[in-house]
Formats: sequence, structure tokens, C-alpha cells
Amino acid sequence: MMYGYAWDTSTPLTFALSILPILGIGLMVTLKAAAVGYAIALVFGLVLALLRRSRIKAISWTVACFTEFVRDTPLLVQLFFLYYVLPEFGIILPAFMTGALALGLQYSAYTSEVYRGGINAVPRGQWEAATALNLSRLQTYRDIVVPQMIPRIVPALGNYLVSMLKETPVLSVVTVLDMLGLANMIGERTFDYLVPLSMVGLIFLPMTLICSALIFAIERALPKSGIPLR
Amino acid sequence: MNPIIRFENVTKRFGALTVLDNFNFEVQRGEKVTLIGPSGSGKSTVLRILMTLEPFQDGHLELDGTSYHEPNGRGPFKASEKHLHKIRCSVGMVFQSFNLFPHMTVLRNVVEAPVAVLKMKRDEAESRAIELLRMVGLSDKKDQFPSQLSGGQQQRVAIARALAMRPRVLLFDEPTSALDPQLVGEVLGVIRDLAHEHDLTMLLVTHEMRFAREVSDRVCFFDKGRIVEQGDPERFFSNPQQPRTREFLSSILGDQEPVRESLRCAL
Ligand SMILES: Nc1ncnc2c1ncn2[C@@H]1O[C@H](COP(=O)(O)OP(=O)(O)OP(=O)(O)O)[C@@H](O)[C@H]1O
Ligand SMILES: [Mg+2]
Repeated sequence: MMYGYAWDTSTPLTFALSILPILGIGLMVTLKAAAVGYAIALVFGLVLALLRRSRIKAISWTVACFTEFVRDTPLLVQLFFLYYVLPEFGIILPAFMTGALALGLQYSAYTSEVYRGGINAVPRGQWEAATALNLSRLQTYRDIVVPQMIPRIVPALGNYLVSMLKETPVLSVVTVLDMLGLANMIGERTFDYLVPLSMVGLIFLPMTLICSALIFAIERALPKSGIPLR
Repeated sequence: MNPIIRFENVTKRFGALTVLDNFNFEVQRGEKVTLIGPSGSGKSTVLRILMTLEPFQDGHLELDGTSYHEPNGRGPFKASEKHLHKIRCSVGMVFQSFNLFPHMTVLRNVVEAPVAVLKMKRDEAESRAIELLRMVGLSDKKDQFPSQLSGGQQQRVAIARALAMRPRVLLFDEPTSALDPQLVGEVLGVIRDLAHEHDLTMLLVTHEMRFAREVSDRVCFFDKGRIVEQGDPERFFSNPQQPRTREFLSSILGDQEPVRESLRCAL
């Protein structure tokens, strides 16, 4: 019994169906973690990409080191680091927030590279035209560069959404009760891991497929030349 | 009267390559000057320095009395972003490759900077933009995207876009070099009309000699980062003094048979 739902272990099928509502609660946690993490990755990644282009060497260099470090270390290590080390500095976050933050940071490092590539792919002539029209740096990014790079980066950003979704179960190691966490607990109590874990896998499959399809549809729908933000 | 543009001993280097070496050059207010010369002689560099797309290392450059370098200016441009912003208020540029914003309609391309930079009201900017597009003969294309236009039409939009910022100095860097021959005329026509604007100072890099002769007050021949010879177009084309100029003119006029004809007539 969990969250008020009892399981029925008489056959694998009844077992599977009876734990479905419980896993559904975990699914919401998974989706929320992915959503928060992805939002962080989209925004903070862009910030990192822009800072890395800063004319001030100290800033661009620090950011370059940070992204390299985060990209080249395992998510699990960063997760543990945030979960166990931050509290020593008096920063105590709920497990869920810590998890989402770790996901967000890790993927910010990835998305910042995507943004960087996207920015570099905007032809030099576009920057020069913006300068000749006296647009400020901010206006150039907002009105000229970012709108043009969006169609180029959607596929890569979409791939990261899918892989982030698939990595959310790692949050269960810091006591977040996502799908995997709950499946694990059900397994502990019923001594049957096969059914709950298989269910988790089965639920992930359509989710990632739907995500991929959605991204493909967005990619097709976007005008190739870019979309004005204002 | 003071010149509107004044290069004084300007030196411009790309790494070890010195493109302009103690370069001196003046342009009067309202003057239409054509720069010609072989590839790599530094014509574009002069325009790009004026547009603040390239910094220069030594010497002094003034636009309408304002120096490009600030006394305590830092960075490659030796000036603050604010100072460069102020200089750019008076200068506009038309590029060889048009550089229209592909994600914006023609109208939006023309309206963007007046709204963002000059803080013009959108409807005011739009009615002015339509006016400018009419001037370049494209008011019916205002809702199209650049990719839907021919090269000549794109370049005319680019000219309208530059004019929307009301520059006092307008720079053209080979505005017709990327165009199919049959589209060159329509762009030159627009520039020719502009040349009648009394107050507008124009600097034009081109290989269209007949056009240069027709619209400019002065032709400058560039070679290796120096002005080898300059003068009013009639005299310049009919009676070039320097051997280097003659050599260049005969090499380029060889490709432009009609021009040679018209020059011969003038002789
Ligand atoms: N960004 C740059 N980095 C290094 N060298 C450059 C750069 N831009 C121009 N140069 C060099 O500076 C010299 C002058 O170039 P510039 O573009 O001003 O010549 P140009 O007279 O406009 O020639 P063209 O007729 O081919 O356009 C050339 O030798 C060129 O290779
Ligand atoms: Mg050039």
C-alpha cells in the first residue's frame, strides 16, 4: 500500500495495473523535474553562451572552465555534490530542487555549446549590418542573432530534452520519489522488482517517442530563416 | 568649410600586414567620392574603418569634427561603446552581399533600426519606410521576405534600410558586384538618384567605371593602401597621369567595352 493505493500481486498483470496509479504519481515528479531542469538548461545555457563571448577575458575564461568541468564530470557526482556539500554552506534545498538543479546545470553546459554553435553560425554580414544600423549589442542578440539561430538549434536542444528525460531517474539516489524511486520501494516491499521496473521502462518509451515526435514537428513548422522575437 | 571626413596619418594593420600606412584622405560635406583600385588595395578597409567595423592602430580620424579615438579610450577601438554609437549615428553602409535580415519582412528590415535605435514610433517608422521603399521602387514588396526577392531588389531594400537611419555619410562597398549583370542597372539607378541629394556625402567603391564617372565629384585610385591619383572624373578618366592608373584603367576597361567606347568619345 502506498499513497492510498493497494497492490494486487495475484498475477503479474493485476500487479502491474494496481501499481499504475502509484507510478503515475512518480511520473508527475519525473515530468516536473525534467521541466524545471530543462527550463534552467535553456535559460542558463544561453547566459553561459553569452558570457563566454564576453570581451572581458576573466569572464569568458571562467565560464569556459565551468562548462568544460560540468560537461566532463558525471551527473551523479554533481548531484551528490549539491546534495551533500551545499548544506555545509548553509544552503539547504529540498531533494527535488537539488535534483532539478543538478540536471539543469549539467544540461546548461550542453545547451550552452548548442547556443554557441548557433550564434557562430549566424553569418558575419548579419552582425555587420546590425552594427551599421547602430543596434546595440543587446538589440543585435535579441532581434537579429537569437531569432536566426532558433531554427538551427531546435533539433539539438530537443535531443537534450529527450536525454534529460531519460536521466531523471538518477534523482532517486538522493531520495526523490520519482517513478524509479517508487518502483524501487514497491520492489522492496513486494520482493518483486521485475514488474515495477518493467513498468517504468514501458512508461518511458512512449514518453520519449512522443517528445521526439513533438520536436520533429516543431522543427518542421519553424521558418528556416528564423522567427522574430518581437 | 571643414571636411566631413578626415583621415590623418591613419595606419591600419591586420597582424603583420599593414593595409593603410599613414593614410591621408579628406571628403567634403555632400561630396560624392568613388574609390577604385585593384583587389586588396584597401578600399573596403577604408569604408569599414569609417563604419567602425574595423579599428585602426595609429593616426587620427574625424567624422564631422568628432574623433574616432577617445583621449582615454580603451579596447581595440580606443573608444567606449557609447562613443562609437554616437559616431555611427551619422554613417550608414550598403554591403556587397546586401546582408538583409532574412527572418524579417522587407518592411520590418527597414523599420527595425529606426524603432530600436532612434526610438521612433512604429507607425511613424512604417510610413517613412513605405516612403523609402517607394523611392527605391519596391513599395509593393513590403510584406515579402528577402529570400523572395531578386538580388537587385534586395540591394535596393538594403539602401532603403540604410537611408531610414538618416545618415549624413553613406558608404557603398561594391553594391553591384554580387548581382547578375541584368540587375546592376536598377541598383545603380537608385544610387544615381541618391547622388542628387545635396547634403548626403557618399563614398562608393565600385568597378563600374562609367557609373563612377557619371555620379561622382571625385575619383580616387587606390593602390597598396595609398591614393595614387585622384581628381574630377572627366580629367581622371580621360587623362590619367600616373602609369599605375593607366595600367589599371586599361586592364579594367578591357572588360568593359562600352565604357572604353564612351571614354574614347570623351577624348
Ligand atoms: N579581417 C582581415 N584579416 C586579415 N587581413 C585582412 C582582413 N580584411 C582585409 N584584409 C587584408 O587587407 C587588405 C585590404 O583588404 P580590402 O578588403 O580593404 O581590399 P579591397 O581594396 O576592398 O579589395 P577588393 O576589391 O578585393 O574588395 C587585403 O590584403 C586583405 O587580404
Ligand atoms: Mg573590398
